[in-house]
Amino acid sequence: MIWNEKMECMDAGEMKEVQSERLRKIVSYVYKNCPPYKTKFDTLGVRPGDIKGIEDIQKLPFTIKDDMRDSYPFGLFSTPIHKIKEIHVSSGTTGNPTVVGYTKEDIKLWSEAMARAICCAGAEPGDKIQIGYGYGLFTGGLGFHYGSLEMGLTIIPASSGQTKRQLKLMTDFKPRILACTPSYALYMADEAREMGLDPRDSSWEIGIFGAEPWSESMRKEIEATWNMLATDVYGLSEIIGPGVAQECRHKAGLHIWWDVFYPEVIHPETGRALGEGEVGELVITTLTKKGIPLIRYRTRDNVSIIYEKCRCGRTTPRISKIKGRTDDMIVVRGINVFPSQIEHVLLSIEGTQPHYQLIVDRKAGELDELEILVEVEEKIFSDEVKKMQMLEDKIKREISSILGIGARVKLVEPKTIERSEGKAKRVIDKRKI
Amino acid sequence: MKVEQISIFLENKSGRLAEVTEVLAKAGINIRALSLADTADFGILRLIVNDTEKAKAVLKENAFTVGKTEVVAIAVPDRPGGLAGMLNALKGEGINVEYMYAFVQKSGENAIIIFRFDDIERAITVLQKAGVRMLKGEEVHAL
Repeated sequence: MIWNEKMECMDAGEMKEVQSERLRKIVSYVYKNCPPYKTKFDTLGVRPGDIKGIEDIQKLPFTIKDDMRDSYPFGLFSTPIHKIKEIHVSSGTTGNPTVVGYTKEDIKLWSEAMARAICCAGAEPGDKIQIGYGYGLFTGGLGFHYGSLEMGLTIIPASSGQTKRQLKLMTDFKPRILACTPSYALYMADEAREMGLDPRDSSWEIGIFGAEPWSESMRKEIEATWNMLATDVYGLSEIIGPGVAQECRHKAGLHIWWDVFYPEVIHPETGRALGEGEVGELVITTLTKKGIPLIRYRTRDNVSIIYEKCRCGRTTPRISKIKGRTDDMIVVRGINVFPSQIEHVLLSIEGTQPHYQLIVDRKAGELDELEILVEVEEKIFSDEVKKMQMLEDKIKREISSILGIGARVKLVEPKTIERSEGKAKRVIDKRKI
Repeated sequence: MKVEQISIFLENKSGRLAEVTEVLAKAGINIRALSLADTADFGILRLIVNDTEKAKAVLKENAFTVGKTEVVAIAVPDRPGGLAGMLNALKGEGINVEYMYAFVQKSGENAIIIFRFDDIERAITVLQKAGVRMLKGEEVHAL
């Protein structure tokens, strides 16, 4: 079933008109209501009147994550704060988190986008869905919740964690749909076997997995283990949360709802538009958002895009799975982690910036683990074991309070961390994804 | 009355201790006393050597993290109660021992114990008053 056949199957010519009209509107809307955008446009010498159609989008300035951070908390909003009905927060590169606000219309938009996604994965109204994404400031749980409500599913809002209970809910209530991170799906399989359950007998037929990078081989493993269809969902809180793009049963790229989230793929250094199939940075313009519309937002995710009509009947373009990042962000258990956050913590603790390194690993059937190596330099060294352990604990505490996930901290000898051309390598990702 | 001690940060990896002693041996440095404190992940090696500055310099050249601290070396009579009497004097003054380690002199009736106090100045005053024999830095480095 296709949730919004009109928008999802519209032919490209007609869609261009919808997009052009929406772009004209959103450009004058942000120009009028959001001073930082007015400044951006004026600096570039673009007037809203210059934007006649969607093809003019390249005349518009980019928006980057720093624009959000610099205007913390509400500076980039185009709506007075009393009209914002819900606020979500995700981690920022340094210091301040990224804040997004939804008006009532935005929640509707989010519900619609998520309903399209869940439907695209193969759900039917009347199905039960177990939502294993975290509820709260993270957009995962509530995004799926709104979409499921909109679609008319029976929601089991399990949130993340408590694996034994998740499995009991599955066994007793028999939901057909599972939504969680892909690594959690595999982790639950191990737990299920320990409880004496055969994962192949589970009631889950369709999984909607996202919030972290995963590979085709991981998909095969999940599908074989649980005897289910594993689909990929893409989203980011800056744009709306989950529900920006979603795979259909053909698993041939993620359908992006381009009537509301207009995609471009650009060369990350030159900003030049890339052609169909070329890998570059995904840039998205929210064509209808009210609370915090973003013009040409640089996602830092590398993808390629194809415009060919899909076998499922949808005409929306499809983006590839995320092929990496243009910055050094890593996603650990669904949480965005930037090395600069760790740098901040170390600097605030000792007033010095020792060499450090993040190591992410994912052992078979387990969740991601983050380990942080910190080189012990003279400034932070003490001859007392007690003091060194206190230092280790303090780093650990501060990091988990900033990131919201636990990390192992290991103090290491100087020069342990590999340096290339004098610069230490900040991140080692050992996960096979 | 203070004795200089160097401390070295070591990861719990096989061969690291050997590397430290190797570096010191090559530089012709003699170890007078040593102790190793360890945790699951790392250890801290404390050394008293005949030439503190030189030892520190060569270890740093070899990329070790080296610290220097002042400790007190006390000659404790080698008989029952020798240590107890001394510690009692400190207890009354509220001075804490962060750590300590002992070594026995080649010939002689005294055991020598190295003490790291939280407040070294006050510890020395108290110990002097109690008539405890402390070794001078030169004495220990030249043992």
